[in-house]
Amino acid sequence: MIDRYENIVIQTICRILIPFVQLYGLYVIMHGHYSPGGGFQGGVILGTSFILLMLAYGLEASLRRLSLKALTVFGSLGVLLYSGIGLVSLLMGGNYLDYGKLPLPIASIAEIRAMGILGIEIGVGISVMAIMTTIFLAIASYDTAGEKNG
Amino acid sequence: MNDPQLQATVLIVVIPLMISYAIPLLGWRWRESGYYVAQSAIGASLVCALILLHGVLTQGTIHYHLGGWFPPWGIEYVIDPLNGFIAVVVCATGFLVTLFSKESVEKELPDKKTRFYTIYLLLFTGLMGIVVTGDLFNLFVFLEIASLAAYALIAIGKDDAPLASFNYIIMGTIGAIFYLLGVGYLYIITGSLNIADLSKLLPPLYESKVVLIAMAFFAIGLAIKIGLFPLHGWLPDAYTYAPSPVSSFIAPLMTKVGCYVMIRIIFTVFKPYFSIESIPVTEILSWIAAAGMIMGSIFAIAQSDFKKMLSFSIVAQTGYIVLGIGLANRTALTGSLLHILNEALTIGVLFSVAGAIVYKLGTSNIYQFGNLHKKMPFTMAAFLVGAFSMVGTPPTCGFFSKLYLILGAIEAKQWVFVAVILVSTLLNVIYFFKVVEIVYFKPRELATEKEKEILKVVYANGGSYKENTRELDLLGRNEAPLSMLIPIFIMAAGIVLAGIFYFDIITGVIQHAIPSGI
Amino acid sequence: MVEYVMGFYNYWICVVLLMIGFYAMISKKNLIKKLIGLHIFQTAVMLFFISTSVKRGATVPVAFHRQGELLQAIEVQQFMNPLPHVLILTAIVVMISTTGVALAVLLLIYRRYKSLEENEILRSIR
Repeated sequence: MIDRYENIVIQTICRILIPFVQLYGLYVIMHGHYSPGGGFQGGVILGTSFILLMLAYGLEASLRRLSLKALTVFGSLGVLLYSGIGLVSLLMGGNYLDYGKLPLPIASIAEIRAMGILGIEIGVGISVMAIMTTIFLAIASYDTAGEKNG
Repeated sequence: MNDPQLQATVLIVVIPLMISYAIPLLGWRWRESGYYVAQSAIGASLVCALILLHGVLTQGTIHYHLGGWFPPWGIEYVIDPLNGFIAVVVCATGFLVTLFSKESVEKELPDKKTRFYTIYLLLFTGLMGIVVTGDLFNLFVFLEIASLAAYALIAIGKDDAPLASFNYIIMGTIGAIFYLLGVGYLYIITGSLNIADLSKLLPPLYESKVVLIAMAFFAIGLAIKIGLFPLHGWLPDAYTYAPSPVSSFIAPLMTKVGCYVMIRIIFTVFKPYFSIESIPVTEILSWIAAAGMIMGSIFAIAQSDFKKMLSFSIVAQTGYIVLGIGLANRTALTGSLLHILNEALTIGVLFSVAGAIVYKLGTSNIYQFGNLHKKMPFTMAAFLVGAFSMVGTPPTCGFFSKLYLILGAIEAKQWVFVAVILVSTLLNVIYFFKVVEIVYFKPRELATEKEKEILKVVYANGGSYKENTRELDLLGRNEAPLSMLIPIFIMAAGIVLAGIFYFDIITGVIQHAIPSGI
Repeated sequence: MVEYVMGFYNYWICVVLLMIGFYAMISKKNLIKKLIGLHIFQTAVMLFFISTSVKRGATVPVAFHRQGELLQAIEVQQFMNPLPHVLILTAIVVMISTTGVALAVLLLIYRRYKSLEENEILRSIR
């Protein structure tokens, strides 16, 4: 079990920094198709922000903010968003993941393709964030005395 | 090719993928829904596979451009008769074994059902992705999806399962990385990752060392993945200690899909004349396979645990299929493909019978199977059909596939391989009929845990040991539940039907499935 | 001879890393050290892939355009080949998933055998 880290400096700095880490993670997701970055990398950065929360404030406080149920839902929703965009393209007459056929109100086909890739990256980012946090949670809440809690 | 038939190519992978991520969401609310949702997803894939096979046999090869991008720039899914045949075999066996898994999961893993079915469906997605894709790197990604799901599922068994799974992780990842190195070499020298494109770009480059090294890496990496003889160390432990529903799903399918990938790479990516003459990969593979057939059977004779004996038998049977690939003429490849069909059904039946025995008796030690034909007559009848098919008795399918393999060896004038196939068949007879003898003809020697408790009660009321053993055997029929028996029977009936209609299967499907140029 | 070594130095480094990882997997007795060897092995293969995408005088494969402009046609010679980079992104995700599953399996092993040394585990099995 991870307890609160009893040092005022660490707690204050983490409390200030975590929103900026999340903002940077969102930036990396959004700019994936123009600069280095993308869904997976941004998702890992977002997951890192939650892990920092867990290290600084202990597991129970973090679980009150982001419960295991919410993490499972996010993990599934990300991949369902990805496959869902592909299925919408399938239903609109193209092949699977053919972003040109998405029903968005934008003029040029190239812009619609860019928006399609962005949608997929967001799905991947959400899923990766949930999975990274779940892996850390599962390994950290391991109790040597017996069964796993959580 | 009208539109719904074309989209079935991608739906066969997308439906299990989406549903496997919907199971955790549904499982929070309705706890028992995992099995039904998984079964219907695999059923939908089976329907897609049948539509695809029909489409391929009537109208020719199906090309599906993912994302609308044309092949060398985009990923392509290609279905030709070989693909369609393997897809139907994998889907049908997966569907039947999932029917079997309902009761087994209830008993062995009662509180992990939702998570179990999630990973189970992901494994199925990976296997279907390997079968339909036409792009080498996409194949690597799906191979790793299937392997990771298998590592996770095997590790939740009892006894030594986590250590066996760790062993499998290390060896399986080495195999996949060797495969990735092969793909990398081919990409460096041609610039393309598409299978059809590579088979056109590679022939002028057959003299260069890079292509030879790529072939070597592919052969070793895939040999680790399918459990060919010297590289089979992970297979017996992993398939024995896995939980019963897991081993009856993984054992028939993963090695056979690996054999399909080997056929693809040796005969479609590299042209057959390269694989047979320039670098004698097929000859080396056939000698290694021959050694595997003998050694696998010898190891199987020495085992006293039923599932471990069956796992070594899988090592031997993989040797048969790779021997067929190694002989590389039409007859031998026909035998090899028919043997893939036979193995999927037979190993499905045998591991399901083992799962039913573990469900009822709680043990899988062979020497405790005495007089089991009175307790579980129908299960043992299906086991008898499976044993006959492994040995190769007419009219089951095993006889015809071994017949074609022997005819192929004769046609290639390799008399050593004819002798090896016959000796290996005799060794198969030894260990299977040892189990048949214990089941049908011997009284029970050792008592299981449940029966020891009943014995204590009987001893307390007075009575000698001999009387009590007869008492135990007459405890009546304790047959496996119906939801386990039905898939076992359907698979056993499938073995016999495939044997009776073997010629229609060969002329209808397999003859078109053999890669061109042999 | 010198140009044979210095001309292909990226391949030599990959080979050295591959063999270090492979040796760690085979000879170390602690299971976590074997896992680290596996990680080094996979990283070496990724280094191999990426190092083949380099061209002489080329820059990072990121196309630059100002805000609001449409993307112009680019000169292929001044950018490196982006396809191996993209393939390795996927392979890195696969590598991390393998490490995650392996760590979970190591937790199960620890819970069952109370040790992570291979000889102690094998002794307690026999």
